Amino acid sequence: MSTLAHVFEAAGLSTVVLASMKDVAEKMSPPRTLYCEFPLGRPLGRPGDVSFQRGVLEQALGMLGATEPVLETHPEVVESEEMPLVCSIPPRFDASLPPAVDEARGLRAAYDRAVNARGATAVGRAIDADAVTEALAALHRWAEGEPWQEVPLPGTNTIAVCHDIRAYYTEAALELATGPPPGGRAAEAWFHEDTEAGKTVMAARAALKEQGAPFPFWFYMAPAHR
Amino acid sequence: MSATTAGDEAMRAYGTQQVVPTFDDPAFTPLDKPLAKARVAIVTSAALHRPDQDRYTPADTRFRAFDRTDRDLIMGHWSPNFDHTGFQIDLNVVYPIDRLEELAADGVIGEVAPRHFAFAGNQPETVSELRLDTGPACAQELLADAVDVVLLTPV
Repeated sequence: MSTLAHVFEAAGLSTVVLASMKDVAEKMSPPRTLYCEFPLGRPLGRPGDVSFQRGVLEQALGMLGATEPVLETHPEVVESEEMPLVCSIPPRFDASLPPAVDEARGLRAAYDRAVNARGATAVGRAIDADAVTEALAALHRWAEGEPWQEVPLPGTNTIAVCHDIRAYYTEAALELATGPPPGGRAAEAWFHEDTEAGKTVMAARAALKEQGAPFPFWFYMAPAHR
Repeated sequence: MSATTAGDEAMRAYGTQQVVPTFDDPAFTPLDKPLAKARVAIVTSAALHRPDQDRYTPADTRFRAFDRTDRDLIMGHWSPNFDHTGFQIDLNVVYPIDRLEELAADGVIGEVAPRHFAFAGNQPETVSELRLDTGPACAQELLADAVDVVLLTPV
């Protein structure tokens, strides 16, 4: 973003950056910067909070009166863990299936409602919603110790497939969740700590590492800090 | 520290270690008119795209343009290290287009630009293509739309 600010200013445009990483912004010093300590991925801070978002924009646009480079800090910090995602997991239905496959089937109706409501879905980088259970079945086999080169993964690209699985789950979960909007890391925590799919992804990732699969194949299947 | 909170802290700590590009003699373009008469566009690095547009490849340096009326956008960011749910709940938390329309209706800004743009936040480390090719190309699109002010929102 700071790079684009410099490029745009050189072309004759006035810019304001909402910066999420203070050190990067200070080092790159774009002309007008509002540093916001908000959850990463939420540069306006709070989803669904019109007056909060407007306040951020008014402070940012207010910097356009400056006659020299300026960096301000938004007065409020928004913590990424302030609100959990409250979503119950579907009960076991078909005990003959791997738990994650059974669970993903149970979430399908909620996922479909979410897509109908939003008119768009992030699922589809590598696989569509119909292939989520098949992908989880393959990851389950990897996690159980089968050689990854002998068990094909639908969609092939592990990073893209894991994005699709996580998107399928979180889109369904937001449809089912009650209460205020979950915090910035809440859905990630719910997926990786509470769901069978999240546990299967982590176990498959560990198995790939164990089997000596190339680093990028497994590392980016989950957030780096996990 | 719980695993929940660790993600943002880990990424911010990683950010402090990143080698960043340097800009000799950076430009500063003052706004030559009141904000209430300025045309404002949003450019985000959230890798947004419409369902009918190409998805982003993992090291995509190109941008996507969409109309001010588009709302069925998808966040195609490749990093697993950032929240995507805020955008699913309310796209304005990444791409504050409704807020911009309100600011225009209230006379705080002059106009909302007809088109807005997205890049992918995960760029090749040198960012050479962004600096020399796709960034300047996006600037020309913005200037063609008579944009005065660009609000940059990161993901």
